[in-house]
Amino acid sequence: MSEESLGVQRRRLFWDRASEKLLYLLVISSGLIVLLIAATLYFRSRPVLQMQPLRSLLFSLDWHPSRGSFGFLPFIAGTLWVTCVAMALAIPVCLLTSIYIAEYAPKKFREWINPLIDILAGIPSVVYGIWGVLVIVPFIKEWLAPLFHVSSTGYCVLAGGMVLAVMVFPFIIHLSTEILKAVPQELRDASLALGATKWQTIKNVVMRRAMPGIVAAIVLGISRALGETIAVMMVVGNVARLPKSLFDPAYPLPALIANNYGEMMSIPLYDSALLFASFILLLVVLYFNVVSRMILSGSKWSSYYYG
Amino acid sequence: MDKRSLEENIFKTLMVGSTLLILAVLLMILGTIVVKGLPFLSWSMLTQAPKSGYYLGKEGGILNAILGSLYLTGGATILAFFISLPVTLYLNVYARRGSRLVYVTRFVFDVLWGIPSIVYGAFGFTLMLFFGLHTSLLAGMITVAFLILPIMTRSMDEVIRMVPNALLDASYALGATRWETAFKVVVRQALPGILTAVLIAFGRGIGDAASLIFTAGFTDSLPSSLFRPVATLPLTIFFQFSTPIPEVRGRAYAAALILTIIILIISVVSRFLTKRFARHVVR
Repeated sequence: MSEESLGVQRRRLFWDRASEKLLYLLVISSGLIVLLIAATLYFRSRPVLQMQPLRSLLFSLDWHPSRGSFGFLPFIAGTLWVTCVAMALAIPVCLLTSIYIAEYAPKKFREWINPLIDILAGIPSVVYGIWGVLVIVPFIKEWLAPLFHVSSTGYCVLAGGMVLAVMVFPFIIHLSTEILKAVPQELRDASLALGATKWQTIKNVVMRRAMPGIVAAIVLGISRALGETIAVMMVVGNVARLPKSLFDPAYPLPALIANNYGEMMSIPLYDSALLFASFILLLVVLYFNVVSRMILSGSKWSSYYYG
Repeated sequence: MDKRSLEENIFKTLMVGSTLLILAVLLMILGTIVVKGLPFLSWSMLTQAPKSGYYLGKEGGILNAILGSLYLTGGATILAFFISLPVTLYLNVYARRGSRLVYVTRFVFDVLWGIPSIVYGAFGFTLMLFFGLHTSLLAGMITVAFLILPIMTRSMDEVIRMVPNALLDASYALGATRWETAFKVVVRQALPGILTAVLIAFGRGIGDAASLIFTAGFTDSLPSSLFRPVATLPLTIFFQFSTPIPEVRGRAYAAALILTIIILIISVVSRFLTKRFARHVVR
Protein backbone atom coordinates (compact mmCIF):
# COMPACT_ATOMS: atom_id res chain seq x y z
CA MET A 1 0.00 0.00 0.00
CA SER A 2 1.30 3.38 -0.86
CA GLU A 3 2.22 5.96 1.74
CA GLU A 4 -0.67 8.17 0.68
CA SER A 5 -3.48 5.61 0.92
CA LEU A 6 -2.14 4.51 4.31
CA GLY A 7 -2.65 8.10 5.43
CA VAL A 8 -6.20 8.04 4.12
CA GLN A 9 -6.85 4.76 5.95
CA ARG A 10 -5.51 6.13 9.17
CA ARG A 11 -7.63 9.25 8.84
CA ARG A 12 -10.76 7.23 8.21
CA LEU A 13 -10.16 4.98 11.19
CA PHE A 14 -9.29 7.94 13.40
CA TRP A 15 -12.49 9.71 12.41
CA ASP A 16 -14.49 6.54 12.98
CA ARG A 17 -13.24 6.34 16.57
CA ALA A 18 -13.41 10.06 17.23
CA SER A 19 -16.98 10.24 15.93
CA GLU A 20 -17.97 7.37 18.21
CA LYS A 21 -16.71 9.28 21.27
CA LEU A 22 -18.35 12.51 20.14
CA LEU A 23 -21.70 10.90 19.42
CA TYR A 24 -21.53 9.02 22.72
CA LEU A 25 -21.10 12.34 24.54
CA LEU A 26 -24.02 13.80 22.60
CA VAL A 27 -26.28 10.87 23.50
CA ILE A 28 -25.34 11.05 27.18
CA SER A 29 -25.81 14.80 27.40
CA SER A 30 -29.15 14.78 25.60
CA GLY A 31 -30.25 12.07 27.99
CA LEU A 32 -29.37 14.34 30.88
CA ILE A 33 -31.81 17.06 29.74
CA VAL A 34 -34.47 15.65 32.08
CA LEU A 35 -32.18 16.14 35.05
CA LEU A 36 -31.18 19.57 33.82
CA ILE A 37 -34.81 20.70 33.60
CA ALA A 38 -35.65 19.31 37.03
CA ALA A 39 -32.54 20.82 38.63
CA THR A 40 -33.10 24.29 37.12
CA LEU A 41 -36.74 24.43 38.14
CA TYR A 42 -35.93 23.18 41.65
CA PHE A 43 -33.14 25.69 42.04
CA ARG A 44 -35.40 28.55 40.95
CA SER A 45 -38.24 27.50 43.24
CA ARG A 46 -36.03 27.32 46.34
CA PRO A 47 -36.71 30.92 47.51
CA VAL A 48 -40.42 30.24 47.91
CA LEU A 49 -39.71 26.86 49.49
CA GLN A 50 -37.56 28.58 52.09
CA MET A 51 -40.23 31.19 52.83
CA GLN A 52 -43.12 28.81 53.28
CA PRO A 53 -43.18 25.19 54.43
CA LEU A 54 -43.98 22.68 51.69
CA ARG A 55 -47.16 21.59 53.43
CA SER A 56 -48.72 25.02 53.42
CA LEU A 57 -47.64 25.58 49.83
CA LEU A 58 -49.45 22.45 48.73
CA PHE A 59 -52.45 22.44 51.06
CA SER A 60 -53.25 26.05 51.79
CA LEU A 61 -56.13 27.87 50.12
CA ASP A 62 -54.60 31.24 50.76
CA TRP A 63 -53.43 32.70 47.46
CA HIS A 64 -52.29 36.31 47.89
CA PRO A 65 -49.01 36.79 46.05
CA SER A 66 -48.78 40.48 46.96
CA ARG A 67 -48.96 39.57 50.66
CA GLY A 68 -46.45 36.81 50.15
CA SER A 69 -48.76 33.88 50.76
CA PHE A 70 -48.79 31.19 48.14
CA GLY A 71 -51.30 28.38 48.73
CA PHE A 72 -51.53 26.17 45.68
CA LEU A 73 -54.49 24.05 46.76
CA PRO A 74 -57.10 25.80 44.54
CA PHE A 75 -54.89 25.27 41.51
CA ILE A 76 -53.98 21.69 42.34
CA ALA A 77 -57.67 20.95 42.93
CA GLY A 78 -58.55 22.67 39.65
CA THR A 79 -56.04 20.53 37.77
CA LEU A 80 -57.37 17.34 39.38
CA TRP A 81 -61.02 18.21 38.68
CA VAL A 82 -60.47 19.04 35.04
CA THR A 83 -58.25 16.01 34.47
CA CYS A 84 -60.69 13.61 36.17
CA VAL A 85 -63.62 14.91 34.13
CA ALA A 86 -61.59 14.65 30.94
CA MET A 87 -60.55 11.08 31.67
CA ALA A 88 -64.05 10.01 32.71
CA LEU A 89 -65.25 11.19 29.31
CA ALA A 90 -62.28 10.01 27.29
CA ILE A 91 -61.64 6.50 28.64
CA PRO A 92 -64.88 4.80 27.54
CA VAL A 93 -64.94 6.52 24.14
CA CYS A 94 -61.27 5.76 23.50
CA LEU A 95 -61.51 2.12 24.55
CA LEU A 96 -64.58 1.45 22.44
CA THR A 97 -63.06 3.19 19.43
CA SER A 98 -59.73 1.44 19.65
CA ILE A 99 -61.38 -1.97 20.06
CA TYR A 100 -63.46 -1.16 17.00
CA ILE A 101 -60.45 -0.06 14.96
CA ALA A 102 -58.23 -2.95 16.04
CA GLU A 103 -60.76 -5.81 16.00
CA TYR A 104 -63.86 -5.05 13.95
CA ALA A 105 -63.17 -2.35 11.39
CA PRO A 106 -62.58 -3.47 7.80
CA LYS A 107 -59.09 -2.78 6.49
CA LYS A 108 -60.29 -0.06 4.12
CA PHE A 109 -61.94 1.83 6.98
CA ARG A 110 -58.80 1.52 9.08
CA GLU A 111 -56.74 3.02 6.28
CA TRP A 112 -58.70 6.23 6.23
CA ILE A 113 -59.53 6.61 9.87
CA ASN A 114 -55.91 6.62 11.03
CA PRO A 115 -54.98 9.76 9.05
CA LEU A 116 -58.09 11.47 10.39
CA ILE A 117 -57.13 10.69 13.97
CA ASP A 118 -53.64 11.99 13.16
CA ILE A 119 -55.22 15.26 12.06
CA LEU A 120 -57.06 15.48 15.36
CA ALA A 121 -53.71 15.00 17.10
CA GLY A 122 -52.12 17.74 15.02
CA ILE A 123 -54.69 20.47 15.64
CA PRO A 124 -53.00 23.17 17.72
CA SER A 125 -54.10 23.72 21.27
CA VAL A 126 -55.27 27.29 20.62
CA VAL A 127 -57.65 26.06 17.89
CA TYR A 128 -59.15 23.56 20.35
CA GLY A 129 -59.55 26.51 22.69
CA ILE A 130 -61.46 28.55 20.11
CA TRP A 131 -63.70 25.60 19.36
CA GLY A 132 -64.31 25.21 23.09
CA VAL A 133 -65.30 28.84 23.52
CA LEU A 134 -67.53 28.87 20.44
CA VAL A 135 -69.20 25.48 20.82
CA ILE A 136 -68.73 23.85 24.22
CA VAL A 137 -69.13 26.93 26.43
CA PRO A 138 -72.47 28.06 24.91
CA PHE A 139 -73.64 24.44 24.88
CA ILE A 140 -73.06 24.17 28.63
CA LYS A 141 -74.46 27.59 29.39
CA GLU A 142 -77.63 27.26 27.37
CA TRP A 143 -78.38 23.54 27.39
CA LEU A 144 -76.57 21.48 29.96
CA ALA A 145 -76.66 23.83 32.96
CA PRO A 146 -80.41 24.62 32.66
CA LEU A 147 -81.02 20.89 32.34
CA PHE A 148 -79.56 20.44 35.83
CA HIS A 149 -81.22 23.65 37.09
CA VAL A 150 -77.99 25.49 37.75
CA SER A 151 -76.79 28.72 36.27
CA SER A 152 -73.32 28.74 34.81
CA THR A 153 -71.35 31.07 32.60
CA GLY A 154 -70.29 28.02 30.65
CA TYR A 155 -66.66 28.68 31.52
CA CYS A 156 -66.28 25.83 33.99
CA VAL A 157 -64.68 22.53 34.97
CA LEU A 158 -66.95 20.60 32.62
CA ALA A 159 -65.99 22.77 29.63
CA GLY A 160 -62.30 22.30 30.41
CA GLY A 161 -62.81 18.57 30.84
CA MET A 162 -64.71 18.20 27.57
CA VAL A 163 -62.13 20.09 25.52
CA LEU A 164 -59.33 18.18 27.22
CA ALA A 165 -61.04 14.85 26.60
CA VAL A 166 -61.14 15.56 22.86
CA MET A 167 -57.47 16.53 22.97
CA VAL A 168 -56.35 13.24 24.54
CA PHE A 169 -58.57 11.10 22.26
CA PRO A 170 -56.02 10.66 19.46
CA PHE A 171 -53.22 10.01 21.92
CA ILE A 172 -54.93 7.20 23.85
CA ILE A 173 -56.58 5.69 20.77
CA HIS A 174 -53.30 5.50 18.90
CA LEU A 175 -51.49 3.77 21.77
CA SER A 176 -54.23 1.35 22.72
CA THR A 177 -54.91 0.33 19.12
CA GLU A 178 -51.24 -0.58 18.81
CA ILE A 179 -51.41 -2.57 22.03
CA LEU A 180 -54.53 -4.47 20.96
CA LYS A 181 -52.98 -5.28 17.60
CA ALA A 182 -49.92 -6.68 19.36
CA VAL A 183 -51.98 -9.39 21.10
CA PRO A 184 -50.99 -12.63 19.32
CA GLN A 185 -53.52 -13.94 16.84
CA GLU A 186 -53.14 -17.51 18.22
CA LEU A 187 -54.86 -16.46 21.45
CA ARG A 188 -57.89 -15.24 19.50
CA ASP A 189 -57.91 -18.37 17.34
CA ALA A 190 -57.77 -20.64 20.39
CA SER A 191 -60.66 -18.85 22.04
CA LEU A 192 -62.77 -18.82 18.87
CA ALA A 193 -62.03 -22.51 18.31
CA LEU A 194 -63.46 -23.27 21.75
CA GLY A 195 -66.74 -21.77 20.63
CA ALA A 196 -66.50 -18.29 22.12
CA THR A 197 -68.09 -15.50 20.15
CA LYS A 198 -65.95 -12.70 18.81
CA TRP A 199 -67.06 -10.34 21.58
CA GLN A 200 -66.42 -12.96 24.29
CA THR A 201 -62.97 -13.47 22.85
CA ILE A 202 -62.28 -9.76 22.94
CA LYS A 203 -63.69 -9.33 26.42
CA ASN A 204 -62.12 -12.35 28.09
CA VAL A 205 -58.96 -12.99 26.11
CA VAL A 206 -57.77 -9.95 24.18
CA MET A 207 -58.64 -7.33 26.79
CA ARG A 208 -57.26 -9.40 29.63
CA ARG A 209 -53.99 -9.82 27.82
CA ALA A 210 -53.84 -6.15 26.78
CA MET A 211 -54.94 -4.70 30.11
CA PRO A 212 -51.56 -3.59 31.52
CA GLY A 213 -50.76 -1.91 28.22
CA ILE A 214 -54.14 -0.19 28.10
CA VAL A 215 -53.66 1.04 31.66
CA ALA A 216 -50.28 2.44 30.65
CA ALA A 217 -51.85 4.19 27.67
CA ILE A 218 -54.47 5.75 29.93
CA VAL A 219 -51.85 6.89 32.44
CA LEU A 220 -49.91 8.50 29.60
CA GLY A 221 -53.14 10.19 28.53
CA ILE A 222 -53.60 11.51 32.08
CA SER A 223 -50.10 12.93 32.15
CA ARG A 224 -50.74 14.61 28.83
CA ALA A 225 -53.97 16.08 30.17
CA LEU A 226 -52.30 17.39 33.32
CA GLY A 227 -49.99 19.68 31.42
CA GLU A 228 -52.30 20.97 28.70
CA THR A 229 -52.37 24.73 28.96
CA ILE A 230 -53.83 27.10 26.40
CA ALA A 231 -57.02 25.32 25.38
CA VAL A 232 -58.03 24.58 28.97
CA MET A 233 -57.17 28.08 30.10
CA MET A 234 -59.49 29.54 27.45
CA VAL A 235 -62.59 27.67 28.64
CA VAL A 236 -62.18 26.90 32.33
CA GLY A 237 -62.89 30.32 33.82
CA ASN A 238 -59.68 30.84 35.79
CA VAL A 239 -61.05 31.66 39.24
CA ALA A 240 -58.75 30.76 42.13
CA ARG A 241 -61.35 29.02 44.29
CA LEU A 242 -62.06 25.41 45.07
CA PRO A 243 -64.60 24.22 42.51
CA LYS A 244 -67.65 22.63 44.15
CA SER A 245 -69.42 21.30 41.09
CA LEU A 246 -68.84 20.60 37.43
CA PHE A 247 -70.39 23.94 36.58
CA ASP A 248 -68.01 25.99 38.76
CA PRO A 249 -65.00 27.69 37.26
CA ALA A 250 -61.56 26.32 38.11
CA TYR A 251 -57.98 27.46 37.75
CA PRO A 252 -55.58 24.64 36.83
CA LEU A 253 -51.84 24.90 37.46
CA PRO A 254 -50.71 25.31 33.83
CA ALA A 255 -53.19 28.14 33.35
CA LEU A 256 -51.84 29.82 36.48
CA ILE A 257 -48.31 29.64 35.14
CA ALA A 258 -49.24 30.92 31.69
CA ASN A 259 -51.57 33.69 32.83
CA ASN A 260 -49.30 35.48 35.25
CA TYR A 261 -46.21 36.06 33.23
CA GLY A 262 -46.89 39.80 33.23
CA GLU A 263 -47.02 40.39 36.99
CA MET A 264 -44.51 37.72 37.79
CA MET A 265 -41.41 39.90 37.80
CA SER A 266 -42.88 42.81 39.79
CA ILE A 267 -44.00 40.94 42.93
CA PRO A 268 -41.28 39.39 45.08
CA LEU A 269 -41.20 35.58 45.10
CA TYR A 270 -43.99 35.40 42.51
CA ASP A 271 -41.65 34.11 39.82
CA SER A 272 -40.25 31.57 42.23
CA ALA A 273 -43.77 30.44 43.14
CA LEU A 274 -44.74 30.00 39.49
CA LEU A 275 -41.60 28.03 38.77
CA PHE A 276 -42.39 25.94 41.83
CA ALA A 277 -45.77 25.26 40.22
CA SER A 278 -44.06 24.05 37.06
CA PHE A 279 -41.70 21.97 39.19
CA ILE A 280 -44.67 20.17 40.81
CA LEU A 281 -46.20 19.64 37.39
CA LEU A 282 -42.92 18.24 36.09
CA LEU A 283 -42.54 15.80 38.99
CA VAL A 284 -46.09 14.47 38.68
CA VAL A 285 -45.84 14.09 34.91
CA LEU A 286 -42.41 12.45 35.14
CA TYR A 287 -43.70 9.98 37.71
CA PHE A 288 -46.69 9.01 35.54
CA ASN A 289 -44.53 8.74 32.47
CA VAL A 290 -41.85 6.59 34.05
CA VAL A 291 -44.42 4.22 35.55
CA SER A 292 -46.38 3.75 32.35
CA ARG A 293 -43.33 3.48 30.13
CA MET A 294 -42.02 0.83 32.47
CA ILE A 295 -45.25 -1.13 32.13
CA LEU A 296 -44.99 -0.79 28.35
CA SER A 297 -41.33 -1.69 28.07
CA GLY A 298 -41.50 -4.56 30.54
CA SER A 299 -44.07 -6.34 28.43
CA LYS A 300 -44.01 -8.05 25.09
CA TRP A 301 -45.86 -5.21 23.37
CA SER A 302 -42.97 -2.94 23.02
CA SER A 303 -40.00 -4.56 21.43
CA TYR A 304 -39.30 -0.93 20.73
CA TYR A 305 -36.71 -0.36 23.37
CA TYR A 306 -34.68 -3.39 22.47
CA GLY A 307 -33.76 -2.74 18.89
CA MET B 1 -81.48 -13.71 19.53
CA ASP B 2 -79.60 -15.25 22.42
CA LYS B 3 -77.96 -13.30 25.22
CA ARG B 4 -74.46 -13.61 23.85
CA SER B 5 -75.14 -11.99 20.53
CA LEU B 6 -77.36 -9.38 22.15
CA GLU B 7 -74.42 -8.26 24.29
CA GLU B 8 -72.13 -8.29 21.30
CA ASN B 9 -74.56 -6.18 19.29
CA ILE B 10 -74.97 -3.63 22.07
CA PHE B 11 -71.22 -3.19 22.36
CA LYS B 12 -70.76 -3.09 18.63
CA THR B 13 -73.29 -0.28 18.40
CA LEU B 14 -71.48 1.57 21.18
CA MET B 15 -68.17 1.13 19.38
CA VAL B 16 -69.44 2.39 16.05
CA GLY B 17 -71.13 5.21 17.95
CA SER B 18 -67.98 6.38 19.66
CA THR B 19 -65.93 6.13 16.48
CA LEU B 20 -68.53 8.27 14.74
CA LEU B 21 -68.54 10.66 17.69
CA ILE B 22 -64.82 11.22 17.28
CA LEU B 23 -65.16 11.81 13.55
CA ALA B 24 -68.04 14.20 14.21
CA VAL B 25 -65.96 16.16 16.72
CA LEU B 26 -63.11 16.42 14.21
CA LEU B 27 -65.48 17.67 11.52
CA MET B 28 -67.06 20.10 13.96
CA ILE B 29 -63.70 21.59 14.95
CA LEU B 30 -62.52 21.98 11.36
CA GLY B 31 -65.97 23.21 10.33
CA THR B 32 -66.09 25.84 13.07
CA ILE B 33 -62.70 27.21 12.08
CA VAL B 34 -63.48 27.27 8.36
CA VAL B 35 -66.94 28.82 8.75
CA LYS B 36 -65.76 31.46 11.19
CA GLY B 37 -62.39 32.18 9.61
CA LEU B 38 -63.07 32.16 5.87
CA PRO B 39 -65.08 35.42 5.72
CA PHE B 40 -62.26 37.29 7.42
CA LEU B 41 -59.45 35.79 5.37
CA SER B 42 -58.05 38.32 2.95
CA TRP B 43 -54.95 38.97 0.95
CA SER B 44 -53.91 41.91 3.13
CA MET B 45 -53.99 39.67 6.19
CA LEU B 46 -51.28 37.54 4.67
CA THR B 47 -49.12 40.32 3.30
CA GLN B 48 -49.17 43.14 5.85
CA ALA B 49 -47.92 43.69 9.35
CA PRO B 50 -50.37 45.17 11.87
CA LYS B 51 -50.73 48.94 11.38
CA SER B 52 -51.62 51.40 14.11
CA GLY B 53 -55.08 50.70 15.47
CA TYR B 54 -55.02 47.15 14.13
CA TYR B 55 -56.20 45.76 17.44
CA LEU B 56 -59.14 48.15 17.35
CA GLY B 57 -60.20 46.77 14.00
CA LYS B 58 -58.24 48.96 11.59
CA GLU B 59 -56.01 48.03 8.64
CA GLY B 60 -53.24 45.48 8.67
CA GLY B 61 -52.47 41.80 8.70
CA ILE B 62 -50.61 39.13 10.56
CA LEU B 63 -47.55 38.81 8.39
CA ASN B 64 -45.46 39.48 11.50
CA ALA B 65 -46.83 36.34 13.13
CA ILE B 66 -46.66 34.16 10.02
CA LEU B 67 -43.02 35.05 9.38
CA GLY B 68 -42.22 34.92 13.09
CA SER B 69 -43.66 31.44 13.44
CA LEU B 70 -41.87 30.17 10.33
CA TYR B 71 -38.51 31.62 11.40
CA LEU B 72 -38.84 30.49 14.98
CA THR B 73 -40.02 26.97 14.23
CA GLY B 74 -37.63 26.65 11.30
CA GLY B 75 -34.68 27.60 13.47
CA ALA B 76 -35.81 25.31 16.26
CA THR B 77 -36.23 22.43 13.82
CA ILE B 78 -32.71 22.93 12.47
CA LEU B 79 -31.27 23.07 16.00
CA ALA B 80 -33.12 19.92 17.02
CA PHE B 81 -32.12 18.16 13.80
CA PHE B 82 -28.42 18.55 14.53
CA ILE B 83 -28.91 16.67 17.79
CA SER B 84 -31.58 14.20 16.68
CA LEU B 85 -29.87 12.76 13.64
CA PRO B 86 -26.51 11.99 15.29
CA VAL B 87 -28.24 10.57 18.36
CA THR B 88 -30.45 8.21 16.34
CA LEU B 89 -27.52 7.17 14.18
CA TYR B 90 -25.51 6.41 17.29
CA LEU B 91 -28.36 4.32 18.72
CA ASN B 92 -28.83 2.35 15.51
CA VAL B 93 -25.38 2.08 13.97
CA TYR B 94 -22.66 2.66 16.55
CA ALA B 95 -24.15 1.21 19.73
CA ARG B 96 -24.18 -2.54 20.29
CA ARG B 97 -27.61 -3.88 19.30
CA GLY B 98 -29.86 -4.27 22.32
CA SER B 99 -27.40 -2.66 24.71
CA ARG B 100 -28.43 -1.04 27.98
CA LEU B 101 -27.47 2.44 26.75
CA VAL B 102 -29.82 2.16 23.77
CA TYR B 103 -32.64 1.02 26.02
CA VAL B 104 -32.13 3.81 28.55
CA THR B 105 -31.79 6.52 25.89
CA ARG B 106 -35.02 5.51 24.16
CA PHE B 107 -36.75 5.45 27.51
CA VAL B 108 -35.46 8.90 28.44
CA PHE B 109 -36.59 10.40 25.14
CA ASP B 110 -40.04 8.90 25.64
CA VAL B 111 -40.21 10.49 29.07
CA LEU B 112 -38.97 13.81 27.65
CA TRP B 113 -41.77 13.62 25.11
CA GLY B 114 -44.25 13.51 27.95
CA ILE B 115 -43.11 16.74 29.60
CA PRO B 116 -45.76 19.42 29.01
CA SER B 117 -44.86 22.38 26.85
CA ILE B 118 -45.61 24.86 29.64
CA VAL B 119 -42.82 23.22 31.65
CA TYR B 120 -40.47 23.57 28.69
CA GLY B 121 -41.57 27.19 28.61
CA ALA B 122 -40.68 27.68 32.27
CA PHE B 123 -37.37 25.91 31.73
CA GLY B 124 -36.60 28.02 28.65
CA PHE B 125 -37.46 31.11 30.66
CA THR B 126 -34.95 30.27 33.42
CA LEU B 127 -32.30 29.44 30.81
CA MET B 128 -33.02 32.76 29.15
CA LEU B 129 -32.55 34.69 32.40
CA PHE B 130 -29.41 32.68 33.16
CA PHE B 131 -27.81 33.71 29.88
CA GLY B 132 -28.97 37.30 30.28
CA LEU B 133 -31.30 37.19 27.28
CA HIS B 134 -34.68 38.88 27.01
CA THR B 135 -37.78 37.51 25.35
CA SER B 136 -36.54 37.08 21.82
CA LEU B 137 -36.57 35.01 18.67
CA LEU B 138 -33.45 33.19 19.88
CA ALA B 139 -34.90 32.30 23.30
CA GLY B 140 -38.10 31.04 21.68
CA MET B 141 -36.13 29.03 19.16
CA ILE B 142 -34.07 27.31 21.83
CA THR B 143 -37.15 26.52 23.93
CA VAL B 144 -39.05 25.05 20.99
CA ALA B 145 -35.93 23.10 20.01
CA PHE B 146 -36.00 21.43 23.43
CA LEU B 147 -39.73 20.79 23.04
CA ILE B 148 -39.49 19.09 19.65
CA LEU B 149 -36.19 17.29 20.20
CA PRO B 150 -37.79 14.15 21.70
CA ILE B 151 -40.55 14.13 19.07
CA MET B 152 -38.05 14.31 16.22
CA THR B 153 -35.66 11.81 17.77
CA ARG B 154 -38.35 9.24 18.47
CA SER B 155 -39.90 9.51 15.00
CA MET B 156 -36.48 9.37 13.33
CA ASP B 157 -35.46 6.41 15.45
CA GLU B 158 -38.62 4.64 14.35
CA VAL B 159 -37.62 4.87 10.66
CA ILE B 160 -33.90 4.32 11.00
CA ARG B 161 -34.64 1.15 12.96
CA MET B 162 -36.37 -0.17 9.86
CA VAL B 163 -33.17 -0.02 7.83
CA PRO B 164 -32.28 -3.71 7.41
CA ASN B 165 -29.18 -4.98 9.17
CA ALA B 166 -28.12 -6.71 5.96
CA LEU B 167 -27.56 -3.29 4.44
CA LEU B 168 -25.24 -2.35 7.31
CA ASP B 169 -23.39 -5.66 7.01
CA ALA B 170 -22.95 -5.20 3.28
CA SER B 171 -21.49 -1.77 3.87
CA TYR B 172 -19.07 -3.06 6.51
CA ALA B 173 -18.08 -5.95 4.27
CA LEU B 174 -16.98 -3.46 1.62
CA GLY B 175 -14.67 -1.95 4.19
CA ALA B 176 -16.70 1.12 5.13
CA THR B 177 -16.32 2.51 8.63
CA ARG B 178 -19.29 3.03 10.91
CA TRP B 179 -19.22 6.78 10.19
CA GLU B 180 -19.39 6.13 6.45
CA THR B 181 -22.07 3.49 6.88
CA ALA B 182 -24.16 5.79 9.06
CA PHE B 183 -23.99 8.94 7.00
CA LYS B 184 -23.65 7.56 3.48
CA VAL B 185 -25.73 4.38 3.55
CA VAL B 186 -28.25 4.57 6.38
CA VAL B 187 -29.11 8.23 5.93
CA ARG B 188 -29.66 7.74 2.21
CA GLN B 189 -31.86 4.69 2.71
CA ALA B 190 -33.94 6.44 5.38
CA LEU B 191 -34.02 9.91 3.83
CA PRO B 192 -37.79 10.24 3.18
CA GLY B 193 -38.42 8.92 6.68
CA ILE B 194 -35.99 11.39 8.17
CA LEU B 195 -37.73 14.22 6.34
CA THR B 196 -41.06 12.98 7.69
CA ALA B 197 -39.70 13.09 11.23
CA VAL B 198 -38.47 16.64 10.65
CA LEU B 199 -41.88 17.67 9.31
CA ILE B 200 -43.74 16.06 12.21
CA ALA B 201 -41.53 17.97 14.64
CA PHE B 202 -42.03 21.21 12.70
CA GLY B 203 -45.80 20.75 12.75
CA ARG B 204 -45.76 20.16 16.49
CA GLY B 205 -43.55 23.17 17.06
CA ILE B 206 -45.51 25.65 14.96
CA GLY B 207 -48.77 24.98 16.78
CA ASP B 208 -47.41 25.30 20.28
CA ALA B 209 -48.16 28.39 22.32
CA ALA B 210 -47.54 27.51 25.95
CA SER B 211 -43.77 27.31 25.61
CA LEU B 212 -43.60 30.69 23.87
CA ILE B 213 -45.54 32.89 26.27
CA PHE B 214 -42.46 33.27 28.45
CA THR B 215 -39.77 33.17 25.86
CA ALA B 216 -40.70 34.68 22.49
CA GLY B 217 -42.67 37.72 23.64
CA PHE B 218 -44.77 39.57 21.10
CA THR B 219 -44.30 42.44 18.67
CA ASP B 220 -46.14 44.15 15.86
CA SER B 221 -43.08 44.51 13.67
CA LEU B 222 -41.70 41.89 11.34
CA PRO B 223 -38.97 39.70 12.82
CA SER B 224 -35.67 41.51 12.34
CA SER B 225 -33.13 40.16 14.79
CA LEU B 226 -32.44 37.06 16.83
CA PHE B 227 -32.35 39.15 19.97
CA ARG B 228 -35.69 40.95 19.56
CA PRO B 229 -39.13 39.69 20.55
CA VAL B 230 -41.06 37.96 17.82
CA ALA B 231 -44.75 37.43 17.08
CA THR B 232 -46.03 33.90 16.56
CA LEU B 233 -49.26 32.55 15.08
CA PRO B 234 -50.65 30.72 18.15
CA LEU B 235 -50.07 33.73 20.38
CA THR B 236 -51.48 36.21 17.88
CA ILE B 237 -54.59 34.04 17.66
CA PHE B 238 -54.81 33.89 21.44
CA PHE B 239 -54.40 37.64 21.95
CA GLN B 240 -56.78 38.69 19.19
CA PHE B 241 -59.33 36.19 20.38
CA SER B 242 -59.39 37.66 23.88
CA THR B 243 -60.58 41.10 22.70
CA PRO B 244 -64.30 41.87 22.49
CA ILE B 245 -64.07 43.72 19.14
CA PRO B 246 -65.74 41.52 16.49
CA GLU B 247 -63.38 42.61 13.68
CA VAL B 248 -60.34 41.56 15.69
CA ARG B 249 -61.91 38.31 16.84
CA GLY B 250 -62.73 37.58 13.23
CA ARG B 251 -59.09 37.94 12.38
CA ALA B 252 -58.26 35.52 15.17
CA TYR B 253 -60.49 32.96 13.42
CA ALA B 254 -58.82 33.69 10.10
CA ALA B 255 -55.37 33.32 11.70
CA ALA B 256 -56.48 30.04 13.26
CA LEU B 257 -57.60 28.90 9.81
CA ILE B 258 -54.19 29.81 8.37
CA LEU B 259 -52.40 27.89 11.14
CA THR B 260 -54.67 24.87 10.69
CA ILE B 261 -54.07 24.89 6.93
CA ILE B 262 -50.29 25.02 7.44
CA ILE B 263 -50.51 22.04 9.79
CA LEU B 264 -52.79 20.09 7.45
CA ILE B 265 -50.37 20.64 4.57
CA ILE B 266 -47.49 19.40 6.72
CA SER B 267 -49.48 16.36 7.74
CA VAL B 268 -50.41 15.49 4.15
CA VAL B 269 -46.85 15.92 2.89
CA SER B 270 -45.42 13.78 5.68
CA ARG B 271 -47.99 11.06 5.02
CA PHE B 272 -47.00 11.13 1.34
CA LEU B 273 -43.33 10.84 2.26
CA THR B 274 -44.03 7.95 4.63
CA LYS B 275 -45.78 6.07 1.83
CA ARG B 276 -42.86 6.72 -0.51
CA PHE B 277 -40.45 5.58 2.14
CA ALA B 278 -42.36 2.37 2.75
CA ARG B 279 -42.11 1.60 -0.97
CA HIS B 280 -38.35 1.90 -1.10
CA VAL B 281 -37.45 0.04 2.07
CA VAL B 282 -35.37 -3.02 1.36
CA ARG B 283 -37.07 -5.77 3.29
